[in-house]
Amino acid sequence: MSPRPFDVARIRAEFPILARSVNGHPLTYLDNAASAQKPRAVIEAMREVMEEEYANVHRGVHYLSARATLRFEAARETARRFLNAEKEEEVLFTHGGTEAFNLIASSFLEPTIEPGDEIVLSEMEHHSNIVPWHFLRERKGAVLRWAALKPDGSLDLDHFASLLNRRTRLVATSHMSNVLGTVTPANEIVHIAHAHGVPVLFDGCQAAVHRRIDVRALDCDFYVATGHKLFGPTGIGLLYAKARHLKVMRPYQGGGEMIRTVGFDKITYAAAPHRFEAGTPPIIEAIGLGAALEWWMGEDRDAGFAHEHDLLTYTAERLKELNWIRIFGEAEGKGAIIAFEVEGVHAHDVATIIDSRGVAVRAGHHCAQPLMQRLGTPATARASFAIYNTREDADRLIAALHHVREVFA
Amino acid sequence: MSDSLKELYQEIILDHARHPRHAGVLADANAEAEGYNPLCGDRVKIYARLKDGRIAGLTFEGKGCAISQASASLMVEMLQGRTIEEAESLRDAFLHLVKGHEHTGMSEDDRERLEVMAGVQQFPMRVKCATLAWHTLHEAVTGGHETVSSQDETP
Repeated sequence: MSPRPFDVARIRAEFPILARSVNGHPLTYLDNAASAQKPRAVIEAMREVMEEEYANVHRGVHYLSARATLRFEAARETARRFLNAEKEEEVLFTHGGTEAFNLIASSFLEPTIEPGDEIVLSEMEHHSNIVPWHFLRERKGAVLRWAALKPDGSLDLDHFASLLNRRTRLVATSHMSNVLGTVTPANEIVHIAHAHGVPVLFDGCQAAVHRRIDVRALDCDFYVATGHKLFGPTGIGLLYAKARHLKVMRPYQGGGEMIRTVGFDKITYAAAPHRFEAGTPPIIEAIGLGAALEWWMGEDRDAGFAHEHDLLTYTAERLKELNWIRIFGEAEGKGAIIAFEVEGVHAHDVATIIDSRGVAVRAGHHCAQPLMQRLGTPATARASFAIYNTREDADRLIAALHHVREVFA
Repeated sequence: MSDSLKELYQEIILDHARHPRHAGVLADANAEAEGYNPLCGDRVKIYARLKDGRIAGLTFEGKGCAISQASASLMVEMLQGRTIEEAESLRDAFLHLVKGHEHTGMSEDDRERLEVMAGVQQFPMRVKCATLAWHTLHEAVTGGHETVSSQDETP
């Protein structure tokens, strides 16, 4: 099936919220890296399942349970296609990206990690791909090693390679930075790590929104994505894990759904993926995410990515014309995220003032405090684009930034 | 500029932010406390010299948004020489003021000077910026040692 030709006006019309105004101005939503807005397809799918086909999954033999189970598992198949995983059972539903990292830390690494074993991260990780490893540092004596960045915000691959040794147990890096927009050289990372026999986890929470993801081509061991940034609902995430890892991984949480038999002094567990999905899963959210991915895969994604790239270069060029703006991160091939500072004005004041013009950006440390420490700033503003943004949005951002200067003149 | 924004970034607030009063370390301080809002990166450190139940000297050091720094500057300016009791009661009144709640126990003069911060009422996400210095002051005069945060301030 050939995708629908890309047309930003048609895409925008799919997102009801984009028609609203904020503070008397048209909404200019540039906080997509924090969370994306939802298309009608998602809203409708979630409404429809609740109105017509909702029940708990995997237990009931009745009609509604069977229908809900079918749709829930169909969403998994959609996610498998989206990630190009080989098998459906390699795709786990989690409650979000954060849970996926915690699951790997707890089920994959914790049972076997020894004091002094090392985990290699990069300096531009989001806290969700930092804190679970800090837990292993605190509880198990693991050592965290941090791959450095070059001045342009790209990963220093040589430094990264120099960190790997026989104590390295896992490489866990961003596939695309939520602050700098840097896209990391994923193939090279896997190649280097695997040469040392080290498995690789990618934080794809941003990359999965802005790039085609093919976990088989990447040959990564784990891949994390989150639903709400992918135009889906909150409360649902994706964890891809190679089948051979899932076989040996310790169960995560205990409860219903993840067992085969429970006795008074004996227990056996279900196979993956259910072994790692204790309790009633986020059924409606999974179906909503499935609808989001189906919708997005039905669009001409490459044209959408090209559109985002145009927005990125257009906005960056306009910002560079202003000598009172400083941009953080200019790595080659970066994604559509621009972190910046307005000279002499704190990021929170920037965000408040441009919000009065209907422009929504994030201000703060973006859950990446180690990176902010590296950049030498406590907070930046961040404009992050999605396929439904336009050059008019960029123009409104620029105009609003001029207003910031007026207020602080 | 929208009216609510005009009220938030009044000239006097911008002036305090640009030219903070009583900024710096207080050499003979006998009480201090640090406030930090990790989400915004706002930082305020309060130095006080307390004597006979009075704030004999008060300074601050800080880094952060205009609202947090202006609030700190205004606070240290107002509290020089006041009693700790007065400072604490003014703090209560201030917290009510910025949240748009009823408040009593403020002199006409104090009310007039603090009213400039009332603009944050329209910006619930910024209330914590305005209150950070006052929470930190409380910690300093009551001898606490925890780093203060107004992060969880309910608007």
